[in-house]
Amino acid sequence: MKLRYFAWLRTRIGRGEERLDPPAEVATVADLLRWLPSQGPGYAAALADPKVVRVAVNQTYVGPDHAIGPGDEVALFPPVTGG
Amino acid sequence: MIRVEQRIFDVGAELGAFGRGDIEVGAVASFVGYVRGSEPGAPALVALTLEHYPGMTEKQLEAIEAEARARWPLADLLVIHRYGRLLPGEPIVLVAVSSAHRRAAFEACEFLMDWLKTKAPFWKLEETEAGSLWVAAKASDDAAAERWSTPAPRTSDA
Repeated sequence: MKLRYFAWLRTRIGRGEERLDPPAEVATVADLLRWLPSQGPGYAAALADPKVVRVAVNQTYVGPDHAIGPGDEVALFPPVTGG
Repeated sequence: MIRVEQRIFDVGAELGAFGRGDIEVGAVASFVGYVRGSEPGAPALVALTLEHYPGMTEKQLEAIEAEARARWPLADLLVIHRYGRLLPGEPIVLVAVSSAHRRAAFEACEFLMDWLKTKAPFWKLEETEAGSLWVAAKASDDAAAERWSTPAPRTSDA
């Protein structure tokens, strides 16, 4: 699975993108947000408050129940502040 | 047209060219957002860096354009949004819409900015002499976008 991080999620995790292979029981966005903090202190810091994390799968906004799989591009980022 | 680009744009040239020559157009409304150099009680801004999600940004802006065109009878539409390191006083974003009449142009312009601010994946990093800080999203921006959650009735004589 391709993961992408933006803004302060990127700086806390320490990279903008990576490939990770979560265990098979990580089947939804909510599962991923629960599993990622176990990957290191940067992940735990970035995901300390999962309510403020927005998620896009294959560049479309999705909710916590959205299913994810190995071929997906999953992006995690804070609420947007453009304009 | 949607343009996501790093380089500075000339507001006068963009607006001068927009909608020119279309005799069905009776109204052009536009909004330009600039980098503010200072906020009351905050250290002076040195620069504003805009990060975005290439690919998703364009997809989101195209979806917002399609939504605006479905709601109002628009002749043309232009969105320019910059990314990268911007200095105080520089333009960040330009939205322009043209229509036969002013109401559709005014409303669509406001709608585009409200939706863009809450849906397009851009993030602002403020650089001041005291350090750098990611800008937090504003509840007032969510409220502004929420106003448009009920589709507006499309009127032919707007």
